[in-house]
Amino acid sequence: MDFSSAFVIALRALGRNKMRSSLTMLGLIIGVGAVIAVIGIGEGAATKAQEQLAAMGSNMLFVGSGSVNRYGFHVGSFQTKTLVLADARAIVRECPSVSAAAPGTGMGQQVVYGNQNWATQITGTEPQYFEVRNWPFVRGTSFSEDDVTQAATVAVLGDTVRRYLFGSRNPIGETIRIGTLPFKVVGVLTPKGTSAGSNQDQDDVIIAPLTTVQKKLLGQEWLRWIMVSAVSRQASYVAQPQIESLLRERHKIRLGDPDDFLVRNMADMADAAAQQGSVMTVLLTIVASIALLVGGIGIMNIMLVSVTERTREIGVRMAVGATGEDVRLQFLIEALVLGLIGGTIGVIFGVGSSIAVAQGLGWPVRIPAYAIAVSTLFAITIALFFGFYPATRASQLNPIEALRYE
Amino acid sequence: MATVNPVTTSNPIQTASSAPLVEVRDLRKNYQLGETEVHALRGISVSVQSGDFVAIMGASGSGKSTFMNILGCLDKPTSGRYLLEGVDVSGLTKNELAQIRNQKIGFVFQGFNLLGRTTALENTELPMLYSKTNKNDRDRRAREALAQVGLADRADHFPSQLSGGQQQRVAIARALVNHPRILLADEPTGNLDSRTSVEVMEIFQRLNASGLTIILVTHEPDIAQFTKREIVFRDGHIKRDDVVEVPHMACEVLKSMPTIKD
Repeated sequence: MDFSSAFVIALRALGRNKMRSSLTMLGLIIGVGAVIAVIGIGEGAATKAQEQLAAMGSNMLFVGSGSVNRYGFHVGSFQTKTLVLADARAIVRECPSVSAAAPGTGMGQQVVYGNQNWATQITGTEPQYFEVRNWPFVRGTSFSEDDVTQAATVAVLGDTVRRYLFGSRNPIGETIRIGTLPFKVVGVLTPKGTSAGSNQDQDDVIIAPLTTVQKKLLGQEWLRWIMVSAVSRQASYVAQPQIESLLRERHKIRLGDPDDFLVRNMADMADAAAQQGSVMTVLLTIVASIALLVGGIGIMNIMLVSVTERTREIGVRMAVGATGEDVRLQFLIEALVLGLIGGTIGVIFGVGSSIAVAQGLGWPVRIPAYAIAVSTLFAITIALFFGFYPATRASQLNPIEALRYE
Repeated sequence: MATVNPVTTSNPIQTASSAPLVEVRDLRKNYQLGETEVHALRGISVSVQSGDFVAIMGASGSGKSTFMNILGCLDKPTSGRYLLEGVDVSGLTKNELAQIRNQKIGFVFQGFNLLGRTTALENTELPMLYSKTNKNDRDRRAREALAQVGLADRADHFPSQLSGGQQQRVAIARALVNHPRILLADEPTGNLDSRTSVEVMEIFQRLNASGLTIILVTHEPDIAQFTKREIVFRDGHIKRDDVVEVPHMACEVLKSMPTIKD
């Protein structure tokens, strides 16, 4: 029997039992749809995480002042007073893998412009902060080294603060009030979006010279953190132990005593996020594969019923000259068509649901072509695999008994 | 073809004149039915010439169905030889037997055995699906065969839309479509009323007159009277093998019967 007639016969046979055929395909549709949705959403989430980490700054390390152990209790982060400006200078000087370090401190504060006011985070730092964090300006410029030396009352606005205080107006040159102190706006930063992990709005911030914040707003000499930029992503892994041993030495911490600071490597966080993502993807892919397998068993079940139901038809076909192989081919093609149609509907279903989920969560949609190809092929393979046994059973029927079957 | 009788060749024209179409020698068939062994055929020897029209009769269990299955290459004998057109069929493989059923044998069954929800035309095309015939030839030949049984205008009807007699005629068209050497009919009138039975026999007589060899199994002596030869089976043996002296002519009988339908 030629392939095209066999194909037409299979389509007819499936068309005669539309309800049954669609229910048979349902398992495959759900399986393929799940595989594609899982991979699509997983890839989207991974891309989003990478984007967020890249937004935080390339090759960045974060040095924070540590928690204090007071009478056996650990009391918060950013509590020790030991992290100072000289540490930041020393890190750049002593660690060859480090290219820049921006010392900083911060606080929450109410800001006012005209009749608008907004509660935001005030960050005090030095001009290199914007390079370390890889954060360009939309308007104006950074404050200068001199502004830092003179503790000038100038400020750079994050996009969120700009939007709430100024709306569509140009804020450059305007004066805002932070707490009770007037500040002149010199620059506006590009939007960076939310940060990876914490989902904090990174644009809800005002950045002012370190000395101004330390002396005029906080009244504190010490630093809360130092943002360190390594020369490369590779170097950031080396920089971490270098900074740790340098700071232990400078803070005169004895062997065996805990650090009074903490160092976080963004590359490590990126790796951890990526690994977490891939573990999830593997797990979900296994679940989706099980769904496909169940779909395959469904196909086998229905095809066994179909073979039994059509015993007489098989007998007639054999009597008029069909060989066992012809009969097997016929049922295999029916399985193939089920796999093909089920797989295609599953792809549509999977692509649709991953687009819906991605849009709902504001993630980018990434459905790799391999996911579609592999899951469709997998669906067809499963259909053929599970169709093989019923088809073989049909092909081995004895024509005389098949013709007598009631 | 695997084994060829040394005297004859597989050329159908030559074999038709020099050897019987069907030649059976000491055919035996045993079944294992649980503990007991059933001897369905106990040494059947018979030959059928090309152009013959044979009725096989006998009580159920006499072995006639087993004999028909072997003649139809659906089953293999336990021992003995079966030569179809001089070719020993008993030694052929399953696939070779399927090819012989496809090319040389046409089947008509008591229960019609048409495929449901499939048009008369497609049912008729069925054997050609397994003989590498292209779509246009399939369509043309199936229509010709339907015309031969008087159903040219019912090509697109489904079996459920046809009467029993019409369904059996579709089955006959299906049996004819590959131009078989022999037509085997297993109680073809068993499910039909008497007038429709005679109509079917009329078609058989017409086909036989044009040269087709027909072997049919029947319970009804009336039906056997339309054939040329009557073979009676009993307990796996041939009890009687007679020529029907004056076969009834179905077309004459029909004239004397009341018309009910069609």
